[in-house]
Amino acid sequence: MSITVSNISKSYKSVKALENISFNVKEGELFGLIGPDGSGKTTLFRILTTLLIANEGSATVADFDVVADYKKIRNNVGYMPGKFSLYQDLTIEENLEFFATIFGTTIEENYDLIKDIYVQIEPFKDRRAGKLSGGMKQKLALCCALIHKPKVLFLDEPTTGVDPVSRKEFWEMLKRLQQKGITILVSTPYMDEAALCDRIALIQDGKILQIDTPQAIVKHYPKQIFNVRANNTYQLINSLKAYEHNHSVYPFGEFVHYTDKRADFEREDLIQYLESENLSDIEIEKTLPTIEDTFMELAK
Amino acid sequence: MKRFIGFIKKEFYHIFRDRRSLFILFGMPIAQIMLFGFAITNEINNVDIAVLDHSKDATTKEIINKISVSKYFSINQFIDRESDIETIFKKGKVKAVLNFETGFSKKLITNHKATIQIITDATDPNTANTISNYVNAILQKYQKGLNEDITIAYQIVPQTRMVYNPELKSVYMFVPGVMTIILMLVSAMMTSISITREKELGTMEILLVSPIKPIQVIVGKVFPYIFLSIINAIVIVVLSIFIFKMPVQGSLFLLAFESVLFIITALALGILISTISATQQTAMMISLMGLMLPVILLSGFIFPISSMPLPLQVISNIIPAKWFIIIIKGIMLKGVGVQYLWKETLILVGMTIFFIGLSVKKYKIRLE
Amino acid sequence: MKKENVIEAQNLTKMFGDFTAVNAISFEVKKGEIFGFLGANGAGKTTAMKMLIGISKPTSGKANVAGFDVFTNAEDIKKNIGYMSQKFALYDDLTVKENITFFGGIYGLSRKQIKEKSNNLIEALGLEEVANKLVGALPLGWKQKLSFSVALLHDPKIVFLDEPTGGVDSITRRQFWEMIYKAANQGTTVFVTTHYMDEAEYCDRVSIMVNGKIEALDTPKKLKQQFKVANMNDVFLKLARG
Repeated sequence: MSITVSNISKSYKSVKALENISFNVKEGELFGLIGPDGSGKTTLFRILTTLLIANEGSATVADFDVVADYKKIRNNVGYMPGKFSLYQDLTIEENLEFFATIFGTTIEENYDLIKDIYVQIEPFKDRRAGKLSGGMKQKLALCCALIHKPKVLFLDEPTTGVDPVSRKEFWEMLKRLQQKGITILVSTPYMDEAALCDRIALIQDGKILQIDTPQAIVKHYPKQIFNVRANNTYQLINSLKAYEHNHSVYPFGEFVHYTDKRADFEREDLIQYLESENLSDIEIEKTLPTIEDTFMELAK
Repeated sequence: MKRFIGFIKKEFYHIFRDRRSLFILFGMPIAQIMLFGFAITNEINNVDIAVLDHSKDATTKEIINKISVSKYFSINQFIDRESDIETIFKKGKVKAVLNFETGFSKKLITNHKATIQIITDATDPNTANTISNYVNAILQKYQKGLNEDITIAYQIVPQTRMVYNPELKSVYMFVPGVMTIILMLVSAMMTSISITREKELGTMEILLVSPIKPIQVIVGKVFPYIFLSIINAIVIVVLSIFIFKMPVQGSLFLLAFESVLFIITALALGILISTISATQQTAMMISLMGLMLPVILLSGFIFPISSMPLPLQVISNIIPAKWFIIIIKGIMLKGVGVQYLWKETLILVGMTIFFIGLSVKKYKIRLE
Repeated sequence: MKKENVIEAQNLTKMFGDFTAVNAISFEVKKGEIFGFLGANGAGKTTAMKMLIGISKPTSGKANVAGFDVFTNAEDIKKNIGYMSQKFALYDDLTVKENITFFGGIYGLSRKQIKEKSNNLIEALGLEEVANKLVGALPLGWKQKLSFSVALLHDPKIVFLDEPTGGVDSITRRQFWEMIYKAANQGTTVFVTTHYMDEAEYCDRVSIMVNGKIEALDTPKKLKQQFKVANMNDVFLKLARG
């Protein structure tokens, strides 16, 4: 096991940040921690990177205990904190060189690991980090976290505030790193990124709601979801919520996701009801659940 | 070692790329020395005074003449009525009025006594005091000339001699103070800001999750500022020697040694501040309020410690700047050696060890 | 019935020196519409929005917002719009009530109106228990809902939302969108700038800016059909990668 977490709890004064968290990450796995801001992701990352000590429970990273062997962990992990944490007044090259030296290595020594990523920012290597775009900063931060060839990589919300193109490229890079045998623990508030992980843990209010592969998580969704659409979305939501058989009603992009309490849903009945509520252009069709649907169902 | 050198290299990048701080760092000592040396002064020169002469006789004319030829005063105007005195002060230009009583010469000859009233504008008490002393001195001299041929049986003639700063040059008093302020500011404030900046940026998190040792981070942070502070100290001493002709009576080597000691004291304080503040702003506030004000007010730089109320005198003992000012005044003005300054030096050493010990204890290997 | 336009922009351009931040964009937004204004960071979204809300003067082109010209009547525009951004919304060190009173006061509401609206708003959001607590102590989701309500306090014709729902949990986010639907249903136009593409799916119509130009403008449904992809994220990827 690359990471083991057992029964970790952590409180700040009266606030419980993490409650009884347990999970394992296998060697070479890309494991996602999915949850909104304030769900405890960052606290968990800080415990695993030896920056914080848990109130209860234990954890190991690369077979080292996070409290007793913290110095060894610090030699063997790469960490990219949520906020962009590089020196803005140093150039790309200077930042990378600095992190290489403090980890006791050189850029040349591990160049093959970062080459894919570094070539994309190399044309700007004399530019100061503060003047880079969000996507480039993030690539630089990843290079810096990788420069000492860590066994485990911790990425705390690496794609927050980054545009879709850079996000996509970033996930492609993670996949390639994974193939080089690096274990990756990544956190994100974006549900659509969950599908790109091998396994995910859904986390909210410091508790893990579910751990599984993304495919299994949506497969176990207990209900049939319907995409519902009508001429007035606001009225549609209100009407559906007032409908006696409704189990859940959530706006979902251009549709409303609706689930029914009954085992056999009567489509005609709902259409009639909606028409009686003065709605028109009604469309109802089956759709597949997403991770976000599961999340909402579990958090309900 | 390679890690450490890499770290120091990075620190110098930070310092040299922050043009504004760099300008303050090196501009400030020069500006302060110039300001204190030239602009802020206790000496008086060409002060405007007015004369209200009720006698207008030979003696008053002679006295007025003596005063007007001195470089200290220039007679701005003659007034005729007592009531003008107030008006003239309110206008602000005239700082003193000499009021000769009527029949000055006659009274002096017949009664052996005549009166001049010296009225000064005491909104600035220091200047007022100095003016009246200078006028008195001129009058004394004149009087002495009158009495030359007459012998008086008993006479006490006080002879005052000001040692170490015979001309009472204010720059002599300010240089040690400014040097103390600058070294304190550069060393303590700059280091505390530069450490807290890493916390604020989040880079401290990455440094913690790396094999670099805390002691390497701290020494790496401090090292560049030792270097910069020494340069500043040299600039100040050179300026005061060559521009203000301030003597260094004692050993330059001792001066250098004591300066480096004080720099280390201030750096230790800076590290201590950074361990208790989370943001650059707090670090700056603590440095300014907690270090600068005591250095200016309680170190004896401007206000003599002996005339402070007892509680403040006691407090002044825990201010490192007080001891450093005693030391450099001793070396530069009195020319004394370590045999007279060992006590102050030991106090500074003790303080430094205490601050370093406290910050090592407070420094965290984790967050929170 | 054809609905009136509340925002009309024609060849709106903003240059900073030689650099064209916004390059002759033209679009209309109708009353009660939820309009998504999308683009990557640095595509010119923020600059365009600043011109529309009257705090930045366009270099050339024409624009009319809430019936007022952006060149000549910028001050009138400000009175008729609401604004909420994720970066700054409310004062953390004031209580819920104090924030409402303060913002009501800024927009010239009378004391009576403020009191009435403040009570309604607190009730509607279910904030009775925390009405006298500091805003800083509220969860992020509550803050966002509250700041949206505050932006609507003076019944503006248009409300501008700058990346409103980043970081909140899925359920709170839905509740937020329900509030937006409600406002739009009552005739308030909602103008949302965002670079989160899933947020775009909720809008009636969206425009996508790339390098200062509007490269696509339609309903999410039609855009997905046009680019033959399943979601807005892929529409964006296709546009941005050329």
